[in-house]
Amino acid sequence: MSRYRCPACGYVYDEGLGHPHEGFPAGTPWSEVPDEWPCPDCGVRDKIDFERLP
Amino acid sequence: MSAVTSPSDDDLASGHPGETLQPARWRDRKRYAWLLGLIVPLLPFISWGLVELTGLGLFWLYGPVLIFGVFPLLDVLVGLDASNPPDSVIKWLEQDRYYRWCTYLFLPLQYAGLVFACWMWSHGSLSVLESIGLALTVAMVAGVAINTAHELGHKRASSERWLSRVALAQTGYGHFFIEHNRGHHVRVATPEDPASARLGESFYAFWPRTVSGSLRSAWELERVRLQRMSRGVWTIRNDALSAWAMTVALFAALALIFGPVVLPYLLIQAVVGFSLLEVVNYLEHYGLRRSRREDGRYERTAPEHSWNSNNVASNVLLYHLQRHSDHHANPLRRYQALRHFDEAPQLPTGYAGMILAAILPPVWQRVMDHRVVEHYAGDLTRANISPRARARVLARYGGPGTAAAPGTGGDPLAGSTQ
Repeated sequence: MSRYRCPACGYVYDEGLGHPHEGFPAGTPWSEVPDEWPCPDCGVRDKIDFERLP
Repeated sequence: MSAVTSPSDDDLASGHPGETLQPARWRDRKRYAWLLGLIVPLLPFISWGLVELTGLGLFWLYGPVLIFGVFPLLDVLVGLDASNPPDSVIKWLEQDRYYRWCTYLFLPLQYAGLVFACWMWSHGSLSVLESIGLALTVAMVAGVAINTAHELGHKRASSERWLSRVALAQTGYGHFFIEHNRGHHVRVATPEDPASARLGESFYAFWPRTVSGSLRSAWELERVRLQRMSRGVWTIRNDALSAWAMTVALFAALALIFGPVVLPYLLIQAVVGFSLLEVVNYLEHYGLRRSRREDGRYERTAPEHSWNSNNVASNVLLYHLQRHSDHHANPLRRYQALRHFDEAPQLPTGYAGMILAAILPPVWQRVMDHRVVEHYAGDLTRANISPRARARVLARYGGPGTAAAPGTGGDPLAGSTQ
């Protein structure tokens, strides 16, 4: 399970947790999140800007 | 304190209160000024007091007088403050709960004023004109409440997001919370954004476009979100529907308690209230446009894509909303920590005075159009131009690449330019 971070606000998408309110249930892999999905917290950056956390 | 020139990497941590950092020397000079923002939700009571004191029914209109008369004057008299908190105290400043309470307290006062107004409309033996005056005063509270909702709606805490929706219920603008965060912030300063005004577009042309466009955008955002959950739009999980249900419940309860006589006034305060928000939307990004990169995406939102102002009075009234570039760079940053950027375009006066200009399109055109031209050094191909006004604007200010037409000297706000 990987985690990806919004470089603008620090929001972290955790594949294990998903983002149920946004329609990504727990366990949704990052690859299934659409490229144009903006950060749900700040809206300043899109999915493709997110950085993979080690 | 020096002004910062661009968002720094420290911004990454914004919204993540970390360790407690005590500033060694720095003191927030605006700390207690934020309490003055609570005068706005008290306006229905203040109006009542002034009417009682003077016997003049005219004072029911005190709300619009304060917002459109007193605040533009205060902006000129009190002047500017471009000082920023040093980067080292931003985290500390953001985690100080005092500032949050200044915004939370707005809500009980807002709704106490609404209930009081309903009582006056039903039992206060006011004339129809006085009742309309009171509705306009309540509308000022409702409009500024959208600004309070805006501050709260950008936060991660679900309690603050919930309070945001409560504050929006009075205007029926619950969908703002959806559209603003996930629509406006993503598309700001592009022709696709209904809430970014275009060069040559009057406020009266902008109003129907932003009101209907923002509504459709919120609905579409919810439709797509619910579709990912394999749900239709007609569900209480639709955040737009649940927010509007709050308004319906509120208005129904008030009509049941105070009688249907309150309904026309509730409607007036809601429409004028959200129009006050929309006129602020109008001036925040007027004519500014992000350019497209080679890969087809828009360039990132930068300080140059919002109009800013350091006028103290309007900044206190609107929780630093005028430090709009920093807000778009760091939407989660709390109001008390928002900073001025030297390179951000500056309005000639505070938002309060600019609202007055916006509702008088010839004045607005004279004050703002040449500022957009100068901002783009005469190259209007870089501006966000209204398609309907394109030929007129280019004929007046010159086509692509020509030099900027300087201000004609008829700028009535030029005296207050910093």
